[in-house]
Amino acid sequence: MSILVNRDTRVICQGITGKVGEFHTRGCLDYGTRMVGGVTPGKGGETVADLPVFNTVAEARDATGCNATMIFVPPPFAADAILEAVAAGIELVVAITEGIPVLDMARVLPVVNDSGSRLIGPNCPGVITPAQCKIGIMPGYIHTPGHVGVMSRSGTLTYEAVWQLTQLGHGQSTCVGLGGDPLVGSSFIDILELFQNDPDTHAILMMGEIGGSAEEEAAEYVKHHVTKPVAAFIAGRTAPPGKRMGHAGAIISGGKGTAEAKLAALRDAGIEIAESPADMGAALVRAIKRQA
Amino acid sequence: MKIHEYQAKDLLRAAGVPVLAGKVAHTPDEAAAAYAALGTPVCAVKAQIHAGGRGKGKVKGSEQRGVELAKSADDAKRIAAGLLNNTLVTIQTGPEGQVVRQVFVESGCAIDRELYCAILVDRAAGSPVLIASTAGGMDIEEVAAKTPELILAEPFDPDRGLAAYQTRLLASKLNLPTAAWRHADTFFRKLCQAFVDLDASLLEINPLVLTKDGTLVALDAKMTFDDNALFRHKDITALRDEAEEEPAETRAAAAGLSYVKLDGTIGCLVNGAGLAMSTMDLVKLHGGEPANFLDVGGGADVNQVTEAFRIILSDKNVKAILVNIFGGIMRCTTIANALVEASKTVGFTVPLVVRLEGTEVEQGKKILAESGTSIITADGLTDAAKKVVAASKA
Repeated sequence: MSILVNRDTRVICQGITGKVGEFHTRGCLDYGTRMVGGVTPGKGGETVADLPVFNTVAEARDATGCNATMIFVPPPFAADAILEAVAAGIELVVAITEGIPVLDMARVLPVVNDSGSRLIGPNCPGVITPAQCKIGIMPGYIHTPGHVGVMSRSGTLTYEAVWQLTQLGHGQSTCVGLGGDPLVGSSFIDILELFQNDPDTHAILMMGEIGGSAEEEAAEYVKHHVTKPVAAFIAGRTAPPGKRMGHAGAIISGGKGTAEAKLAALRDAGIEIAESPADMGAALVRAIKRQA
Repeated sequence: MKIHEYQAKDLLRAAGVPVLAGKVAHTPDEAAAAYAALGTPVCAVKAQIHAGGRGKGKVKGSEQRGVELAKSADDAKRIAAGLLNNTLVTIQTGPEGQVVRQVFVESGCAIDRELYCAILVDRAAGSPVLIASTAGGMDIEEVAAKTPELILAEPFDPDRGLAAYQTRLLASKLNLPTAAWRHADTFFRKLCQAFVDLDASLLEINPLVLTKDGTLVALDAKMTFDDNALFRHKDITALRDEAEEEPAETRAAAAGLSYVKLDGTIGCLVNGAGLAMSTMDLVKLHGGEPANFLDVGGGADVNQVTEAFRIILSDKNVKAILVNIFGGIMRCTTIANALVEASKTVGFTVPLVVRLEGTEVEQGKKILAESGTSIITADGLTDAAKKVVAASKA
């Protein structure tokens, strides 16, 4: 068991004929992901990495029976690509693209929420169930199959955390990159619910960052609905207010979104805190021991 | 991206939002001429900088405020002379302040009441939201903390805009006279339309003024735009004022790097925004102060890494540099070669501590060890942080 993806997930890549799309399609194939095709409007009939390319998602779905898509479409067209995947009834839509205008996402999210599709991202590394299915840009080899659910708003920080877990002998059930933008398809709460209900996930590690209130909402959810051990790290304790720290979403504005407020909420929910980024794996181990 | 008040007002005027007449002046004489041309007995002379809090801010070494009323052309000239080419310090500029390069001379109006209004994208609602309050002209964060019941929030769909009932609700709760409701409806709707059409990320009107003749006027206007949407707004991109921005940040953006200057002594070069923030935290945790945030991104090449080092070293406060790379898609060998190359071309004047992990890490470390450079290698995050803090204090 795992969440979101497993060895039966059939994946297409939207934007497969682009340099980045092709590179990561090959990376996913190498990892063992069941990539079944790709979509680039106007390039239907071509092949990339021996996979068939289609003009539209609907055609790709009919021909391949895909139930997940990985989006590398450039920012001006990415919101439309998400809508197309949702309209075609693709269950899992993973948007890797960085730089989508926030109002485009404000237009997309109500459509996603009213559909049967789940959106992960945008501006995220993707989703991986180790040794089964990788949809995204993360380096596969740092992961090990196991029972820790990992979720994060940032990419390389997730790799760091996963690497620490693997070094400590804790494999992962599924790792989910939520994305660094202000508006994303899935929140910590959405993924917490899936991890809580997944018998194969025994503990949860989350990496948040300054900006917004997603971590506070997650803490509230954990307090009332999560029985499994949870550990957390918040990036950006030293970031000054009003400055965007790389991610569009990572900004302290109007006295909101500070690391202190987030840490206080997480502690209040009984979540084990990693005080340093070097301490993320160890914090998860402490969380497990505390509950044992 | 931020713009000046006068630019925001030009955009709002074009969008049909009521603003007062005004003119930009670059010299005291231009300010006097602007006063005369506007023809109202009272004008406001306002410093144009990208930071807020101007009304309460003061020019360094004088009592000159950032915003002052002028009752004659001579007044306007005197105020402009007090502001132009001087450094204005406000609560938002920090103690170093910001040089005033232009002033905005704006007509006065008969103010009945001052209100507050802003539009931003609310993450929780997943949509833009119009915020309004009767507590105009005040620090809205303080209002929100002390009297949250005074804050009104109406979310709206970007394409449908505000509904009529929402503008009635706002007008009623803001205690606007019923005669002003129709006007308020137009005002709020056009404001929301402008926000959406221009891909703004923040549009703040503080104060929003109810005039004695029952109309709403945007007395101030602060606008920030979604950098990700600038590709479809060439006209807005043209309003960029690089003089208002940190030069190193502008330079970094041109090289495809994400850089934010800070006040510490330890330069940081990291791949990924989350890891870059965490690296700053780590430095601080071990007793150092980060000099910057710098994310080289996922696929940085030798040229970008070299430019990143030049930018970090252009900050004279930097006493040591920490490179923290988790090679995923980016191989450690690539970054190691780039580091060696950069150390030869840039010529390091401060100690450089490097922590590599991930893809091809062993080969990467070997390249560094055999490079003959004075690069200090570290094993793990904590080791790296301790070494760089020690090096910065040596």
